Amino acid sequence: MAYEVVLVDTWVSMFGMRVRIALAEKGIKYEYKEEDLCNKSKLLLKINPIYKKIPVLIHNGKPVCESLIIVQYIDEVWNDRSPLMPSDPYPRACARFWADFVDKRVYDVAKKVWTTKGEEQEAAKKEFIETLQILERQLGDHPYFGGERFGFVDLSLITFYSWFYAYETFGNFSIEAECPKIIAWAKRCLQKDSVANTLPDQKKVYEYVVQMRKRFGVE
Amino acid sequence: MAELKLFRTWSSTFALRVVWALNLKGIQYDTIFEDLSNKSSLLLQYNPIYKKVPVLVHNGKPLVESLLILEYIDETWKQTPLLPEDPSERATARFWAKFGDDKVLLSVWNVFIKQGKDKEEAIVTAQENLGFVERQLTGKKFFNGETIGFVDLAFGWLANLPSVWEEICGVTLIDHEKFPMLSEWIQNFAGAPIIKESWPPRDKLITKYQALHEVYTSKEAPK
Repeated sequence: MAYEVVLVDTWVSMFGMRVRIALAEKGIKYEYKEEDLCNKSKLLLKINPIYKKIPVLIHNGKPVCESLIIVQYIDEVWNDRSPLMPSDPYPRACARFWADFVDKRVYDVAKKVWTTKGEEQEAAKKEFIETLQILERQLGDHPYFGGERFGFVDLSLITFYSWFYAYETFGNFSIEAECPKIIAWAKRCLQKDSVANTLPDQKKVYEYVVQMRKRFGVE
Repeated sequence: MAELKLFRTWSSTFALRVVWALNLKGIQYDTIFEDLSNKSSLLLQYNPIYKKVPVLVHNGKPLVESLLILEYIDETWKQTPLLPEDPSERATARFWAKFGDDKVLLSVWNVFIKQGKDKEEAIVTAQENLGFVERQLTGKKFFNGETIGFVDLAFGWLANLPSVWEEICGVTLIDHEKFPMLSEWIQNFAGAPIIKESWPPRDKLITKYQALHEVYTSKEAPK
């Protein structure tokens, strides 16, 4: 059976997970193609020649790249159900801002937490915690970043939760101790099927990171 | 009290995108020029995370990050649409604007500030990126088609700054032979109504970037 929606992705990518959650929220059936990033397929190089990265969504033969762009695309095409973005322009702009903030500020510094040691790692941990604390303040007393409903910003950040155990173990710190509201928010998000069925087990991600550290020579 | 205020600097290429968008749509607004070495308390209040320009304040509510501001403007004022209606084309437009900011701008800037072997490598990377951009113009006058749109505004800096940087550091990146479509787009965009009226004064840009060039190249030992 030919699916009109194909997702080229890798199980451990927090960016790919965003797309999978969006597709699940909308109840969209799709074909999943797991990519081996150490041996990239001809398909990936064809559909994302600029970055050669996952995730890539292929819809009716046309590729869409960059996870937040893909999620907005999904929201705009399947606009008859489970909206991911607010409907008014100002809240939409705020949602885009905070998702963009997650992209700019979380990934790189979190990566340093598990790929560096000593002073560089301590600096990365500090910045990572400060970034989460900024997000905690933004969350405030709302159940979700989207307010009463899970939305675009929640989706952009929750996928990092699957990597928290790895960050904590290699960074030797507790995210819950530093940012309890973020952990409470994450557990709330995990009550949603779309999130719970998408996020891989934290221990599996940890095992993956152990292998990656060996490959990067971080020991 | 005006309902729309734009915080900008005289030269910010990102703020210029917002100027273009507002002017193309015929929207009235007040301008506040910032001195980034002495940021106003208002700017810091409206953009506490990044503390940068541009900031657009609409009915007291701040918007930051130029490409996000453009999307807000397009959703709020529907005349002269900047983004296409079709979701696939919108996703493509967002992709190219992001590629421009994430990769192209930095790679062209590196040609300007690096020296020796680093400069040679920077030229290769920049021209590779510009090649991707060039191919997007195939069969089109503007990235948006017949009229200026989101991606044109996102790449607007290409129609102005590289020529300033070329004059200072002597490297011509965008020549007519290698990049015929991009070269033509630069002429069309730079000379378009609304756009051409808002370029910062070239002599001031030369002075500014000459000073920056000296700072960067004095830090690096020639290789």
